[in-house]
Amino acid sequence: MMSLTNVLSGRRALIPLLLLLICVNVPALAATGAPAAASTMPWWAWPLMLFVVCFFLGIVAVPAGVGGGVLFVPIVGGFFPFNLDFVRGGGLMVALASALAASPGLLRLGLASLRLALPLSLLVAISQIIGAMIGLLLPAAIAQTSLGVIILGIVFLMLTAKKADVPGIQKADPLSAALRINGLFHDTAHNKDIEWLVHRTPQALLTFVFIGVLAGMFGLGAGWANVPTLNLLMGVPLKVAAGSSSLILSMTSSAAWVYINQGAILPIIVVPSIIGMMMGAMIGVRLLKVVKASVIRKMVIAMLLFAGVRALLKGLGIWM
Amino acid sequence: MSEQNKYASEEQLRFAKVMGAGVKLGFVMLVVSFALYMTGVLQPLVPVDQVSHYWGLSAAEYAKATGTPTGWAWVKDIAKGDMLNYVGIVVLASASIASSLAILPLFARQGEKAHLIISILLILVLLVSASNILH
Repeated sequence: MMSLTNVLSGRRALIPLLLLLICVNVPALAATGAPAAASTMPWWAWPLMLFVVCFFLGIVAVPAGVGGGVLFVPIVGGFFPFNLDFVRGGGLMVALASALAASPGLLRLGLASLRLALPLSLLVAISQIIGAMIGLLLPAAIAQTSLGVIILGIVFLMLTAKKADVPGIQKADPLSAALRINGLFHDTAHNKDIEWLVHRTPQALLTFVFIGVLAGMFGLGAGWANVPTLNLLMGVPLKVAAGSSSLILSMTSSAAWVYINQGAILPIIVVPSIIGMMMGAMIGVRLLKVVKASVIRKMVIAMLLFAGVRALLKGLGIWM
Repeated sequence: MSEQNKYASEEQLRFAKVMGAGVKLGFVMLVVSFALYMTGVLQPLVPVDQVSHYWGLSAAEYAKATGTPTGWAWVKDIAKGDMLNYVGIVVLASASIASSLAILPLFARQGEKAHLIISILLILVLLVSASNILH
């Protein structure tokens, strides 16, 4: 049973973040729309606060099992005065950088599969370009409203999606057999090696096209959708699904390129975010040892719910 | 000697090695260039205290209002503090292209035609998106 101390220590870790978001939100409210009406805060306070917020997001992202992008876009988009173009560009770079940092180690341990990720990455890379181009053409209000709806959908998915640690597929489908998509990993929980196969590859390829469009359009990264698709649809063991999802994110920089080329990546936003998120992730790995991942996950769901409602209401012009 | 272990194939390990090197290089460049930008050692194209006046604009409006180059045009202003940061960003965004290129000879040697073709197509898609010809 989860101890009260663990719950409280997990909540304490999030209190500074919530207070900071409230403080950030006050001047940000005045900053929407006209650039000249930016807040009275000194310019350097924004990248500094961005670094601090991303540091806390990095702490909770690892134990919650979500990528940085899905937290970054709704929270920074909702509470900072940056145009959503720069927030989405930042979200893609944060997601890419986090995935790049994790993927080499996961590949070496067999917790990410290159043969599984390659065909999926090809389709995601193509669909992300389409999504990014659509996203940059969307009017701000429609983008905010759609973002709110998507984030609330992700919350629903996180609350309802089941997990199968080792689905144990007995027969591979012809396509995955031809591509030799299979592998072996060491399950530390049971201290044994587990071989895995996949099925329903054609259906998964189609699903990844849809995921790629959404990821490119909103700069969300796609771990929230990759993992359930790999695990529940294809039958990839959960640990390998999470690792391969990270690998797919790291291999599909196509949307990030579109944002870079369109001038939607501002160093003053992106660099403190990446550094803050990476530093926070290092603490998050340690936090995983003292706080139950399920507690953090519930808090992240609550944060996403709040940010999703905020994005939706901002998009609809109800809560500016 | 073949680099292979029980859990990861030779191409998987090579991919990881090249990606890991790219990530380290990208992060170092990002931190160094950002320090040069923030400390004012290198003068930026858009003064840091002015950026906040424009970051509420869309990307297209920001570029127009500040004269910031789009596409690869930042390269000609690489000596500017803000533009220099794009080097680290580009290195990170290119890490998967370099890693995919590194495994092509292995797939070719193993006769893995399907993965060879998929890898080449992935590299082409990423190069097309990086080239800005879709703009």
